[in-house]
This record gives sequence, C-alpha cells and structure tokens, in this order.
Amino acid sequence: MEATKKGNSELGKILGYSLFIMLAFVGFAKFGIPLVIPELPPVEEKITGAMTQDQMVAMGDKIFHGKGTCTLCHSPVGGRAPLLDGVATRAPERIKDPRYKGKAKTGEEYIRESMKEPSTYVVAGFGKPGTNDTVSPMPQIDKGAIGLNDVEINAVIAYFQKSSGLPVTVPLPTGAAAAPAAGGAEAAAPKPAATAEEAFNKYGCVTCHKVPGIAEGGDMGPDLTKLASAAGSRKPGMSGEMYIIESISTPNAYVVKGFDPDIMPGDFAEKVTMSEMNLIVKALLGKK
Amino acid sequence: MKVRFMFSHLKKMLSQRSPSAYRFGVALASLLVIPAALSFNSLEISQPVLKAAAEAVSVQKVWANEAAAAAAPAAEAKKDEKKGTEVWAPLAPPKLEAKDYPVVKGFNSRITVWFIAQLHLFFGAFVLAVPIFVWLIELTGVITKDERYDHMAHEFMKVAMTGFSLAASFGGLLSIALVVFYPQFMLYMTGIFGKVMIFYALAFFAESFFLYTYYYGWDKMSDGKAKTIHLSLGLGLNLAGVFLMMVSNSWASFMMAPSGLDDAGVFKGDVWAAINGHLWNPVNIHRFVANIAYGGSLTAAYAGYKFLTAKTAQEKAHYDWMGYTSFFIAIIGLLPLPFAGYWLTKEIYDYSQQMGITLMGGAFAWLFILQAVLIGTIFLSANYYLWCCLARSPGAKRYTFMIKPIAIVIVTAFLAWFTPHTLVMTSKEVTQIGGAHHPLLGKFGVMAAKNTAVNFLIVLTFLSFQIYQRSNKRAVGDDFWATNGTSVQIGLYVAGLANILSLGIYSYYLPASVRIGLSVPQVTTTLIVIVTSFILDGKIFKKSEEMGETQWGNMPVRSQYALFTLTIGFTWLMGLMGYVRSAIRQHWHVYTVFRDNSPDAFTPTLPYAASVVTVIVCVFIALVLFMFWMPMLAAKKGSSGEH
Repeated sequence: MEATKKGNSELGKILGYSLFIMLAFVGFAKFGIPLVIPELPPVEEKITGAMTQDQMVAMGDKIFHGKGTCTLCHSPVGGRAPLLDGVATRAPERIKDPRYKGKAKTGEEYIRESMKEPSTYVVAGFGKPGTNDTVSPMPQIDKGAIGLNDVEINAVIAYFQKSSGLPVTVPLPTGAAAAPAAGGAEAAAPKPAATAEEAFNKYGCVTCHKVPGIAEGGDMGPDLTKLASAAGSRKPGMSGEMYIIESISTPNAYVVKGFDPDIMPGDFAEKVTMSEMNLIVKALLGKK
Repeated sequence: MKVRFMFSHLKKMLSQRSPSAYRFGVALASLLVIPAALSFNSLEISQPVLKAAAEAVSVQKVWANEAAAAAAPAAEAKKDEKKGTEVWAPLAPPKLEAKDYPVVKGFNSRITVWFIAQLHLFFGAFVLAVPIFVWLIELTGVITKDERYDHMAHEFMKVAMTGFSLAASFGGLLSIALVVFYPQFMLYMTGIFGKVMIFYALAFFAESFFLYTYYYGWDKMSDGKAKTIHLSLGLGLNLAGVFLMMVSNSWASFMMAPSGLDDAGVFKGDVWAAINGHLWNPVNIHRFVANIAYGGSLTAAYAGYKFLTAKTAQEKAHYDWMGYTSFFIAIIGLLPLPFAGYWLTKEIYDYSQQMGITLMGGAFAWLFILQAVLIGTIFLSANYYLWCCLARSPGAKRYTFMIKPIAIVIVTAFLAWFTPHTLVMTSKEVTQIGGAHHPLLGKFGVMAAKNTAVNFLIVLTFLSFQIYQRSNKRAVGDDFWATNGTSVQIGLYVAGLANILSLGIYSYYLPASVRIGLSVPQVTTTLIVIVTSFILDGKIFKKSEEMGETQWGNMPVRSQYALFTLTIGFTWLMGLMGYVRSAIRQHWHVYTVFRDNSPDAFTPTLPYAASVVTVIVCVFIALVLFMFWMPMLAAKKGSSGEH
C-alpha cells in the first residue's frame, strides 16, 4: 500500500511536471513570439472590363503583395531577388543587355516574359548558385503554386508601369463582370456604357471635343474626329492606342499645340472602365 | 450491479497483485477520459450527412470516369482487361469545391485527421526505432557474451509490444478517416500509389510474423544456432519496419513535392518516379534518425519512472543502467539530427524556393524560434543529465571543473540560435533603434550565427558525453597515445571550435546565397572533431584501468527529470514539426497540383497549432502509460533487478 502511494505520488509529479513543460511551450508560442496570421488561400481575381484602369493597377498591387507572393523574395529583407522599384523603366535596357536570351521587343513584353520564363534574363548576383547567373531560382508564375492567369499578370505589369511613372500599356480586359466579387472594387462601380456614343456622353467628352459619330461637340479641346491618322505619330515610339489611353488617363502628358494644359479633368483613369476605354479607343481610331 | 462488483474485484486484484500496474491504470483512465469528454461530444452522423456522403460517392464515380476518359490518350499502359493484363487509367486532380468534402457532425475533418495522423506517427516512430536498437543491443550481448544486454533488449521489446498494436490501430483509423473526410483526395492518391499500397498492406503481415516470432521466441532461441535465427528474425522485423516507413514517407513527400506527373498533374504511369521524388530520401533520413532519438527518449522516460519507484538498490541500479542506455541511444540520434534537418530544408529550397522561403522566411519564420527553444531545451536537458551521470564515477572529480564553462558556452549558443532576425516593433521603436534589427543582437539573428551556434551545441554536447565516458578510466602505459592523446584531443577541440567560429564570422561578409554554403565546412569540422576524438579515446584507453566501481543507481532524482524533459521536448517537437511539414503545402493537398478547397484549407496560426499539439501529446502520454502498464501487468513478482 505504501509502495502504491509512493508510485502514485511519483507518477503525479511526473505528469504535473510534463504538463508544466508543455504549457511553457504553448505559453511561449502564444505570448513569447508575435502572432502571425497566415493569409487565406488566394482566390482568382475578378478582373473585367467593368474595372477602371486605376482599379486594375490597384488589383495588380494587391496581387503583387498577396497572391503572387512576389514580396517573399523581391523585398529588402534577405536580398533574395532584385527589388522591383522602377522595373518598368529599366525593362527596355534589359533587352539590350548581351546576356538577354528572350524575344521581348518592349518593356511590357520583357516584364511578362520575366514572369513566365524567368531565366531569359537573370540579374547579376541573383542566379541559382553554380549557374553563373544563367538560371533563375524564380518559379514560373503562370504555373505551379502561384498560377496567375494572363489577366492577373497584366494587372501586375500595369501596377509596375504605373508605379514607375509610365503609361499603362497592357492589353485591356474586355467583357462585363460575371458577378461582383464580394467586397471587390467593382461592387460599387456604375453600369458601364455599352457603346462608344454612350461612353462619350457619359463622361461629357462632347462638351469640349468633337468626336466621331456624334454631330455636335465643343471646341475647348482638340477635334478628335481626325485623331485616327494623327495619334500614332504624336509621341515617338508610342502607338496610337497607347497615346489615346495616356491622354485620357494623364491629359497633361501631351498637350496639343494651341490648347492650354490643366483644362481636361485628370480623374478619368479612376472613372472610365476598361471596356469603356476599349470602346473609346476603337471609336477614335476608326476601328469597329 | 454485476459490473460494479467486477470493477471493484478487478481494482482489488490489481492494487494488491500489481500496485504499479494499478497506478498506471488509474492515471491512464483519468488522462483518457478528460480529452475524450472534451473532444468527442457527439459521434452522431446525421441523415443529411449520410445523404451527402452518398452523393460524394456518386460524384467520385462520375469524376473518375470523366478523368479516365480525358486521360485516355496518356494511358498507353492500358491493356486489354479480358486478357488479365494490367489496366491503368491515370487520373487528373479534380477541382474540388467546399461541398465536395463530406461533413460528419461532431468532427472537424482537419483536426480529426491531424490528431489521428500525429498519434499514428508517434507510435509508428517508436515501434520503428525500438526494434533497431533492441537488435543492436542483443547483438552486443552476443558479441560480448554479456547476458545483461540480452535481458535489457528483451525488456525494451516488452515495453514496445503494445506500441505495435497502437501504431497499427491508429494507422487503420487514419486510413478510414482519410476516406471518410477526404474521399476524392484518397481516390487521386490511390490512382497513383494503389499498387504500392497493396504491398504496403502485405508488409504488415511480414512485420507481424517477424515481430511475434522475434518476441515470443526470445527465450526459446537463446543460444547457439537458434540465437542466430533469432537475430535474423530481428533483422527481418527491422527491414519490414524500414520498408513500411519508406513507403508511407513517399506519400507524404509526394504531397509536398509531387513527381511522375505531367503539367496537368496527371500521373504518367511510372510509380517509381512518383515515389522517388525530390524530398523522399531527405524525409527518409530525417525521420529515421529522429525516430531513433525519439524511441531512445521514450524508453529513457520508462526507465526514469521505474528508477524513481524502485524499491531496492539492485532495481534502482538496473533502471539507472537502462535509462542511461536509452539516453545514449537518444543522443546518438540527436547529434546528427540537425544535419539531417538542414539537408531536408536545403532540398526543400532546391525543389521550390517559394516553399523554402515560406518555411523559413514567411509565415512560419517565427515557428523556428519556438523550435530553437525546444531544441535548446533538449540539448540543455541532455547535457544536464550527462553532468549528473558523473556522480556514478569515482574518477569524475578530475572533470567537474569543465561543467561550468561548457554550460556557459551551451547557453550562449542556445541564445544565439534563439535570437530572431527581425524584431517586431512599433514605428517609434524602429526609429529609436534605427531599423527592424537590433544593432548588436541583430547580428545573432542571421544564419551565420545560427549555424555556428548549432555546431557549438553539438560539439560541446559530445564533449559532455566524452567526459562521462572516460570519467572512470585511467590510461595505463607509456605509448604515445596514452601519454599525449589527451593533449591532441584538446588541440583538436580548440582548432575545431576556432574553425567553426572563424567560418561563422567570415560568412557575415558574404552574400546570403553564398553564406549558406559555408555551413558545409562547419558541419564537416564538427564531424571530424567528433569522429577523430572518439577514435582517439579508443587509442588512449587501449590499456586502461577503472578508478573505482561504477555506482549504478547513484543518481539524483533531478537527473530523471532531465530525462522526462528530454522526452516531452522530443515528443512536442515532433508534433510541431509535423504541423509545419504539412502546413508548408498551404492550400494544396498535393503541392501545386491538387488544390485543397475544403473549408479548413487555411493555415492555422502558431498558437493554435501549439494548442492542438499539446492536446495530442497529452492523449499520447495517456496511451504511453497504457503501453508501459501492459508489461507491468504481465510481470512476475521480483523479475526486475537483473543488472
């Protein structure tokens, strides 16, 4: 009986001690180190023509810092991958580098290619060890765990271009949203225009401009009925399509001779949806 | 009334005939009942759930047919079924939705599977490890003709016997739980590993055969040729165990780093390619080594309890010896474990930098600070036990002066390992300090310091062990090694530690991608110091004399608590690392191929995981008490105290 009591008491002490150690571990996990709440599983972003350019850029920002997991490496902590501040400005220079092995012709194409085939150009010092900077450790972001689709990739490129102070040149998404994403930016957006005429009237373009397809128009701004032939040559190296997009989203980027700057509102990038932008560009370029 | 009478009769019988067995029973019952009452308040499967399960089965059928049809061109291996040849239709991973996951009332799918899988792993690891060192101890007994080894090996085996049943039971339960809660995942895995699974199941028969003949034939096959047959049975048992471990590891490593699939995740038909993935061997090695350390620590805890409750000096001496042997086995596994861990992590990085960074620099970065605390606890308790062991040796006084310096270096190394890289601060604090890194302590947060610290920990733990091993010996003779060997060893330790430290400091001046490569010469230095010093001990004490009789049983009570700390530290650490190994797949059943879209696909936070691990370990302890209680129940009075 004495032995039983001793044994029970010893066992009690051992179990109590074991529990104490485990509680110390849990306590340290709970109070000793900062609480990190891992992000929820990513969802496919709803990027549609109903978004504005700024919303698409914002979406690119969100993907860059979230689903794309880009900042795991492209951040000052750890120095694992080159920082991407101003990457869109540097991109055209990369193409001229003798080490460049890709097929891109423009900065936009270079960035897209870098995401899909990271080894076409590896920034010095960031290649896989032992490969002399010929093989990138970066995963293909349109495959595997990240798996961004083309529209998401374009949104990220748009974010890079905008944050580098360049015009957004990526192909614009078309089509209406299938359904507004919960809490998404498009939830509060007004119904997009269905035709170019609707878009010109919706944003009051005809108040200052003459536009194709509408008889009446103002003269405070340049006549846009003949823009189709002039747009492509306004800015060297910039297509007519991109010139129009830039003129709508950043009016002071190029001011037509004889007109004053700061007259046209600068907030159309926040208002005009991608599908509307497509309609306007096509109409001004005389395309159907 | 009848039940109550039977219970009181059983209680009376157990408390009188086997007090220790009765104590274990009481503890076991109380530890089992509480979590059971808390966790499983309802086992009911409601009608809607049964309906959903039936629908899920029909969905599976449709999906399997569709997938097989879609993959038909790829199924070149498909042959005519009528001729009796193989039919193999590769399956594409399905895109599941939350509704595709059956819901069973009263159960959370993930926690249930987590619980069962971890308990299965705990027991699986134990019963894989014990026969390995039992076999080695038995072999030692045969070679040295010392029967004490044979008796101890037999007792270890006795302790582990119930563990086999528990490991198998949890394995079966895990299979059922996976089929019930994740049927489509299991269908996909079976589509790839189905053939291997059959061999896996058959291997259990082989293991059972070897296990029972090995254990029950122990006394019958005790000498001569029969002993050789007995050892062969033990070898067969171990081979079957390792085979089982490696096969099940291949499923886990496939989920982390899938192989043998095309771009769409469709199995290409080569099972070996699916098994022999990028992480299979690193996981095999890491688990094998860890299992040895873990198995040793569990039997050490058993011996520790028996030591504390021993009634006679002889019994105490026996369990002290058993505890030390178990501890020795645990240390043999512990010392190479960090290297195996580094290799596994390196291979994870090689496979997917994204996964590697998620592990070490992303959401789980702080987990490794907790891991450092646990490993520090394990190393400190191991060293403390070794210092206590010096009490057994009359000649140990020559070495006790070394304990304090070793303790200081070990604690310093632990603190360096424990220091986080980035501090979490308010913007005001960041401004005051001048960045997210502390100007002085921040230096200890990078891998340069941590690699150095872990190598110091390993070398000095080996030094503590070596001191104990030689504490009761005196070299005799005047040959070179007997007179100068110790000086050579001192020089070796000093040069080795200086080299590790220099490499660590030098690596601060290198880019991060190159820095990690310096861990290789550091590890090599550690291994050279350990192996060479061990060999030198053999040369120095080739002719030696004992400085007195080793006083087995002369150990303070606190030394046994160091063993319990070791066991709890190991067990909890295994649970934690089980969580992170699985969690770095994030929202994927099979990484990058088969997405987890269940409601539980999110990654749990560290405190949440720590709480779950603690409850699992509590349940495990309860079951271990049951496992230890079994041999005591069967023990004959006065059978202990063999030493």
